[in-house]
Amino acid sequence: MEHIVIIGNGISGVTAARHIRKLSDKRITIISAETDYFFSRTALMYIYMGHMKYEHTKPYEDYFWKKNRIELKRGYVHTIDHLNKQLVFTGGETMSFDKLILAVGSKPNKFGWPGQDLKAVQGLYSFQDLQELEVNAPNKDVCKRAVIVGGGLIGIELAEMLSTRNIPVTFLVREFGFWNGVLPDGDSAMINRHIRNHNIDLRLGTNLREILPDDHGRARAVVIEETGEEIPCDLVGLTAGVSPNIEFLKDSGIELGRGIKVNRYLETNIDDIYAIGDCAEQRQPIGNRKSVEAVWYTGRMMGEVVAQTICGNRMQYNPGHWFNSAKFFDIEYQTYGWVHSTALKPDYESHFHWIHPDDTKCITIATNTTNGKFLGINAFGIRLRHEIIDRWLTEEQSTDYVIRNLGSANFDPEFYLRFERSIKQAYTNQFQTN
Amino acid sequence: MDTIQRNMSLTGEPPKALNVLQKLGTLIGMFGLTIILMAGFNIDFPNKALWLTIALGSILSGVVLFSLGAYRNKIAGIKNDGVWFKSISNRGYLAWLMGIALTLFYIVLYFYPAYLGLNENGANTGIIALFDPLSMFLSGNPASEWFVYGTLYTIAIFAFGIKFIWKYRNNRHEKIRTVSVMFFQLSFAFLIPEFMARLNSETFSLPYYDLKNIWPLNYYNFEQYRVDSFISAGDIGLALLIFGVVSIFVITPILTYKYGKRWYCSWVCGCGGLAETAGDPFRHLSDKRMVAWKIERWVVHSVLVFVVVMTTAVIHSYLGDDATKYWLTRDVFLISVAVFLTVLFAAIWIFKREQLKKDARYGAIGYLTIILLLTALHFSSGKTLFLFEAETLRSTYGFLIGAIFSGVIGTGFYPIFGSRVWCRYGCPMAAILGLQQRLFSRFRITTNGGQCISCGNCSTYCEMGIDVRAYAQKGENIVRASCVGCGICSAVCPRGVLKLENGPLEGRIDSNEILLGNDPNLLQLINRN
Ligand SMILES: Cc1cc2nc3c(=O)[nH]c(=O)nc-3n(C[C@H](O)[C@H](O)[C@H](O)COP(=O)(O)OP(=O)(O)OC[C@H]3O[C@@H](n4cnc5c(N)ncnc54)[C@H](O)[C@@H]3O)c2cc1C
Ligand code: SF4
Ligand code: SF4
Repeated sequence: MEHIVIIGNGISGVTAARHIRKLSDKRITIISAETDYFFSRTALMYIYMGHMKYEHTKPYEDYFWKKNRIELKRGYVHTIDHLNKQLVFTGGETMSFDKLILAVGSKPNKFGWPGQDLKAVQGLYSFQDLQELEVNAPNKDVCKRAVIVGGGLIGIELAEMLSTRNIPVTFLVREFGFWNGVLPDGDSAMINRHIRNHNIDLRLGTNLREILPDDHGRARAVVIEETGEEIPCDLVGLTAGVSPNIEFLKDSGIELGRGIKVNRYLETNIDDIYAIGDCAEQRQPIGNRKSVEAVWYTGRMMGEVVAQTICGNRMQYNPGHWFNSAKFFDIEYQTYGWVHSTALKPDYESHFHWIHPDDTKCITIATNTTNGKFLGINAFGIRLRHEIIDRWLTEEQSTDYVIRNLGSANFDPEFYLRFERSIKQAYTNQFQTN
Repeated sequence: MDTIQRNMSLTGEPPKALNVLQKLGTLIGMFGLTIILMAGFNIDFPNKALWLTIALGSILSGVVLFSLGAYRNKIAGIKNDGVWFKSISNRGYLAWLMGIALTLFYIVLYFYPAYLGLNENGANTGIIALFDPLSMFLSGNPASEWFVYGTLYTIAIFAFGIKFIWKYRNNRHEKIRTVSVMFFQLSFAFLIPEFMARLNSETFSLPYYDLKNIWPLNYYNFEQYRVDSFISAGDIGLALLIFGVVSIFVITPILTYKYGKRWYCSWVCGCGGLAETAGDPFRHLSDKRMVAWKIERWVVHSVLVFVVVMTTAVIHSYLGDDATKYWLTRDVFLISVAVFLTVLFAAIWIFKREQLKKDARYGAIGYLTIILLLTALHFSSGKTLFLFEAETLRSTYGFLIGAIFSGVIGTGFYPIFGSRVWCRYGCPMAAILGLQQRLFSRFRITTNGGQCISCGNCSTYCEMGIDVRAYAQKGENIVRASCVGCGICSAVCPRGVLKLENGPLEGRIDSNEILLGNDPNLLQLINRN
């Protein structure tokens, strides 16, 4: 029986395994160094905040794997010997495979800051990171202040986590607005204010120069590049993005770039070895998408596709319209299609921005000025129906049409106040004043 | 990271200390409770009306102050920080203490009301006496243990309802729903029956009737003494009796078809009301495992069968045999029940069979056969209907289900099993509504395309133990018999994935193997298979 081995028990590897099982009777093994069972990385923050326990982050009950004949192996793959189709674990144990799927995920970025490897300096990616955080920042007495470096999605989650234990947080963000390499200025500004309302010491346009050690090799303070200011702290969170976790593949013969190079079929340069999820790098970016996509659902989709290929129905990874979501403290964010940041948007892209007076809801709609077509929408504090917006993008509707029909895409709970009229009004006014 | 760590325990040390307002609230609330407890130890308060007002007022304002302290200075949003770290909400010491105290209270209430001050002959003493002034004021009668219970129950729904509204003040759906629950408890369950009692006189007497309590939740509604007293109360009584029948056979199916069982379980019902308000801090304790779901299905439907059998036997026992006196004789009644059940079963079997799980099919066939066999046996050999005396069935049901399950376990064990144990495993009304919701209703929880990140907030906070995530991450709508439509899964979802809504039956359960967002061809390919 053909043996499919998957390294990585994250969403991409597990989805691949599930779909291979649906389509075939092949022997399947999933290997992970991190945890015995698949858990949701996206829920790490909720464990620290006490919303959930580790058990609750497991999407499948433990009996699921045996029932579906998916073998689980805990261990760290040290080397891949693709000529003999064999894996070697730390400790020397080996395992052979017929087909190998690399779903090894990411690791937090470190940009060579002095002091980045000190104790109490950490990222937030793995379950072990969470355990470490529990040691470094159990409460506000042990951790009198935390400094977070890097204003992205994980940085703001870490800020929220720490603030639930009343730990004062200084949040260093290189850009001049939170995440405004991605968010348009209006959206980013609202989130800046929301972060500050949560008593986070948000420092925009601020870089880290170095992390200073104490006598025991622990971080005791950070130094700000621009001002030279020294901020004492007991924890430094490095959350300046993630990159593919491919160090152990350096000498494997598998072609690497920023990630593991794959074609549209998710095949690497070596036969019978595939890469999916965070660690895969497309040779050609697909549409406006990045060549390395480190989000949950792309990992899931790649798993779905590679399962087809492995089960004899060779298929390209062909994602539909871009979408994503996040939550910034209390404000939910959803995006569909492409809304570029103010600085990076192409010439033909114009933005309509509406913000509610309570400063917790806003939307930005991107339009192609050459033909009035709708390019994408950012929604904060308002939920939108994926299916409808996806259809509008496929139908290449105009922004006028989208504004007129926005009500039909609302996904807020029943009885919520609705803002379509106010949005329509603002949209019309914009043309009258211009 | 090339080391393997086996230790999965994270302890978590959130800020535990209560703030000043919360301490004050606790103190004031405890003061109110202490007054009542002291009355229990037969301390005779001189001015009962005044002390009762102080006691109830303290409890109410204590809870309100506590919630003010908890949520006042926080920005509106989800407030589940530290839920799994706190002793009271994580089955810790405090939780067990509270569980035991509540359980004891229920045992005393149901079985030893004398300790509350109920005296067979003679005036009330103790706690019940403390409540006399309020009862006199409302209905003109002295209090009973049930009046005490009803008052405390209403205060609990009110006080914790206010807390709930503060906690979920970002969520208009939850606020409106809670106001509804508070309204129905105060008016329908508490005040109206007391006022109705005022109408009673020597010649006119209505039984105590909480109009929103529908059979089989109020399993006693069609017992002889009640039916007699309805009938003897003339037009009003008859109207109430007819309302009782219509509410289960007409009103309930229509509303459940339009809105799902939530119209009752989360908007009207008193048991649901307590679970949603006072029980809210314990909602995450429900068991989410597949085996719990299996047990739930068997237990709750068995209770339903039990209540049908029991009620049939009871009504049968007091009907006459002489068709010339009254058209509804024992035989007519029994045959109608058998025909009704058979037709209902046949309809489900013919139109909805493929929607039933395997064990549900076996269960349904099994139970129907037993009921029909026993009925046939009764007709052919004259054996006691359903083998036991109607009275035995009635008292067993009242004891096991009415008292032990719904009270002692259902509420007493809030801090251990979660807030909806009764609603999930025990309530026959929920079983009926659930069957209909699953098979014939416009209600569903819609999943928002491919946005789910499998975080598990929804499943964790579902008080009915539904693994919401299992559906959401597959892009499948949630159509479950047990869902009471509380809306909390939708509230806590950080990605806006879930929406409770009513819509056409067509496409209500979309089961997509591949979610929105992926290659349209792949979508088609897989979903066709
Ligand atoms: C805190 C946090 C919050 C996030 N929130 C969101 C969000 O809200 N929305 C979203 O879209 N995305 C979010 N993400 C990103 C998302 O979680 C990732 O894109 C996704 O988990 C990637 O899945 P994967 O299967 O590719 O890899 P991973 O989940 O990283 O799994 C890789 C696994 O492989 C194991 N592994 C690696 N190398 C080896 C080896 N040599 N031997 C054995 N095992 C190995 C690792 O231990 C790991 O368990 C978040 C990420 C984090 C860290
Ligand atoms: S599924 Fe959602 S709405 Fe239904 S009972 Fe559970 S939490 Fe409430
Ligand atoms: S539906 Fe929402 S809460 Fe539930 S797992 Fe998905 S993202 Fe999390």
